[in-house]
Amino acid sequence: MNERVRQLLLQTADDELVLGWRDSEWTGIAPVLEEDVAFSSIAQNEIGHARALYQLLSEDADALAFDRAPAEYRCSPLVELRFVPDWARTIARRVLYEAADELRLAALKESADAAVAGLAAKIDREEAYHRMHAEMWRERLRDEPRYRDAVEELWPYARGLVDEEQRAELASRLELEEVEPVERGTHAGDWPALWDEMTVVRRSVPGAAW
Amino acid sequence: MIYEVFRRERKGVAFEHAGSLAAPDEAFARAYAHEQYGRRGESVALWVVPRRSILEVEDFVDELNRNYHRVDGYSLKAKLKEARERAGTAAPAADS
Repeated sequence: MNERVRQLLLQTADDELVLGWRDSEWTGIAPVLEEDVAFSSIAQNEIGHARALYQLLSEDADALAFDRAPAEYRCSPLVELRFVPDWARTIARRVLYEAADELRLAALKESADAAVAGLAAKIDREEAYHRMHAEMWRERLRDEPRYRDAVEELWPYARGLVDEEQRAELASRLELEEVEPVERGTHAGDWPALWDEMTVVRRSVPGAAW
Repeated sequence: MIYEVFRRERKGVAFEHAGSLAAPDEAFARAYAHEQYGRRGESVALWVVPRRSILEVEDFVDELNRNYHRVDGYSLKAKLKEARERAGTAAPAADS
């Protein structure tokens, strides 16, 4: 596996892990019960995708997921932002993320590495339901000012989430103007606290076998 | 709005009532049914029906007690036993 593919897989895995973590913050407090179940399930799927991707990269997926220093994570600032209890921004992030993730997965599915292409196809089959979920919420909230403001606010982050050659396509699919992207490589102000909580059990007993 | 969900466990078997869910429209109902009655591989197909589309029939009055109309009102087994007793013949042995 070449370094470019490794980096892309690591970015994708980190995005999925951290977004899964953020979305799991809605478990038990979503606006309606049915959505609580659906949203929690999607969050769990994303963490499952991260796990499978880390396993392609390393014998020890847990170490990759939890034992790196905060600055070493390659996730986009988009997935790090904490939105609870703001449902409009949470949905806007899901809609933007799913569109970006679809483009990224499409490229990974074309990989010459059969393991990478196979896993991307498998993940994409599950993402189809996430996209359906995002689409129905987008339809429902499209005229809601809070949702529209949230899309505008988060769009530069989503644009920076995908590779440069996919950015024009992403803008056209989302019917949004091209803007200055928030690039990957910097972290959001919400990140250190998230990392701290996400790794607290691993760090509590270093090297333990559970 | 409330939707009733029926699920088919595997190909060839009948749909059975699985439960209900609340959703604002059909798209949400479809997605929520998928999540709640299908994501663990427990169903191969679902029917998602608005509760108000279900015609409910529950008035089964029988003022004149015409129990011979009912499937449980006419026991062939009991009648046969009486007839055999009148005729003085025993029931044939099970293995004959």
